[in-house]
Amino acid sequence: MSTAYDEATEGKVYSVTGADWDQVVSGVRDSQDERLVVNMGPQHPSTHGVLRLVLTLDGETVNEARGVIGYLHTGIEKNMEYRTWTQGTTFVTRMDYLSPIFNETAYCMGVEKLLGIEDRIPDRAQAIRVMMMELNRIASHLVAMGTFGMELGATTPFLFGYRDREMVMDLFEYITGLRMNHAYIRPGGVSVDLPAGAVDKVGEFLKEMPKRIKDIRKLLDENPVYVRRTQDVAYLDLTGCMALGITGPILRAAGLPWDLRKSQPYCGYETYEFDVPTERGCDVYSRYLVRMKEMEESLKIVEQALDRIAGPLKGDPVMIEDKKIGWPAQLALGPDGFGNSPDHIAHIMGTSMEALIHHFKLVTEGFRVPAGQAYASIESPKGELGAHVVSDGGTRPYRVHFREPSFCNLQSFPAMAEGGQVADVIAAVASIDPVMGGVDR
Amino acid sequence: MTSPDNLPGSPDSGQTPEVQVPAVPEAPVARRGMFGAEDSGDTSGYGGLVVRRQPQVSTPRPYGGYFDEIVDALALDDAIERVVVDRGELTLHVKRERLVEVCQKLRDDPALRFELSLGVSGVHYPHLTGEELHAVIHLCSITFNRRVRVEAACPDDDPHIPSTVGVYPGHDWHERETYDFFGIVFDGHPGLTRIMMPDDWDGHPQRKDYPLGGIPVEYRGATIPSPDQRRSYA
Repeated sequence: MSTAYDEATEGKVYSVTGADWDQVVSGVRDSQDERLVVNMGPQHPSTHGVLRLVLTLDGETVNEARGVIGYLHTGIEKNMEYRTWTQGTTFVTRMDYLSPIFNETAYCMGVEKLLGIEDRIPDRAQAIRVMMMELNRIASHLVAMGTFGMELGATTPFLFGYRDREMVMDLFEYITGLRMNHAYIRPGGVSVDLPAGAVDKVGEFLKEMPKRIKDIRKLLDENPVYVRRTQDVAYLDLTGCMALGITGPILRAAGLPWDLRKSQPYCGYETYEFDVPTERGCDVYSRYLVRMKEMEESLKIVEQALDRIAGPLKGDPVMIEDKKIGWPAQLALGPDGFGNSPDHIAHIMGTSMEALIHHFKLVTEGFRVPAGQAYASIESPKGELGAHVVSDGGTRPYRVHFREPSFCNLQSFPAMAEGGQVADVIAAVASIDPVMGGVDR
Repeated sequence: MTSPDNLPGSPDSGQTPEVQVPAVPEAPVARRGMFGAEDSGDTSGYGGLVVRRQPQVSTPRPYGGYFDEIVDALALDDAIERVVVDRGELTLHVKRERLVEVCQKLRDDPALRFELSLGVSGVHYPHLTGEELHAVIHLCSITFNRRVRVEAACPDDDPHIPSTVGVYPGHDWHERETYDFFGIVFDGHPGLTRIMMPDDWDGHPQRKDYPLGGIPVEYRGATIPSPDQRRSYA
């Protein structure tokens, strides 16, 4: 209790920072207060990063719950206004760091809409985007379910989840050069084609992953402890979801099969065969089931995309033909994971002055985007991720705003947690699967 | 990228560009960026980049697609300042005092049914005198699988827009965010406080007149100036 406080207005303040519960209990024992206000977070292992929950408790019951966010605000939207359109992908990939490919795709689709080049994105680039997004969806859901298990007291799902996510991370590292923060999707296509052997690696992943998902489901689906901690907990029905603007697995767990991949397809999703899993429980357990089934559907999509990448689309370009937009270099994967394209360097440094000038202008100044505004949205693992992109005709965004599903969905946690038990607050927040990097941006 | 207004003008922004640029009513925009160039519209470090202000557009009927149906069903022509159809998206610029009414009708009318709101975004256009601050609402109809964008503007010296939390409760945090970053006061919001920045923060960081960084960074006693104060390479 280092800071001064006014006991008359704030009541008695107890600071709990470690294992000093005896003090607290003995302090509270004689208290006449019926109401206890507890700050959960911002540094609390089960609040998914720096999220602070202010809970008003009456015994074990949560009377009032409020979320406090902003601890991870990094000004990504503002920073992007000072960088070129292409450099923007480097920022957005850091927002929701568990689904970087989705952030990049939503942003690039917004830029492409402004440029009016949506129809000219090569099919191979679209198929790679779809494959990467679905791999990312699996990774994101694995983290969601893994941490979820740990927060409810089971460490094995966590270990399983992270072990299996590692397989996706390895694929990402092999394909993009980085485990996270890829900046792989670029306006006009993707930054580099799949390296040799990537198709085989994804193929192996497809063989292994169904078993792994089954393992996690075996651990949790009918686990009596897990089911009792999650069933009928944090109930939010369709009316609540609609009022609060909830999308993603929470909405589908309330029974509405609303999935932008089906309802407003992008990147060619209309040509893939998959189902939209729904549940009717409106509770934490249903959200868990929806996510598990979505991973299985994602595997189907990855398989179809891989068939196209390895088959009919083999050798096609992965970046738009328009030299005024398409990044000039095809990066080659060097021994350190990243490298320049030797052919391209030889071309601009040895044979063509114009190509050098063009390269220099495109990379430093960037391309111009006609003035206007556009909204592009995709189905991220957390819900609808929308990019509101405004251009004034220059080489840098005038304004970019992201409709982050974590941000919107996190608003609903008081509606889920109020009136319930303290322990269920953890389950409620975990079922929303908020990533604070995305919430705060 | 082949339209003429995307082609570079002459290096000297004061003279007529060699390429004929149709319908550019406004002067080139001078922007100040990381590299400190102030004399032309160029902030890239070398000459040749001239950005021209686009005129405000208003799309005449027919708008095409389902857009006509939306505007007809809304039937609040006196509340709508202008309708813009651009890049396959419908934007309704609404008078701010009628915003709640328009949203209510968009949500409840059986022919409209925009049940899902995707939040409020803010944009600051310092050059649009009298309507500098825009609140942009994206709506989605699950019933009809349609989208619409509703935009309301307010002047900088009277930054008030009525709150739409009553219609779309999910706007609670979105309006707080827009207030925090742009200073738009949403009248009638149940608790309009900052959400991202600390409660005692000065200014609204995502406005165009707020510099990037904006505060000096301290590192072990040494002070590093904010980005707009640093040495420039122009």
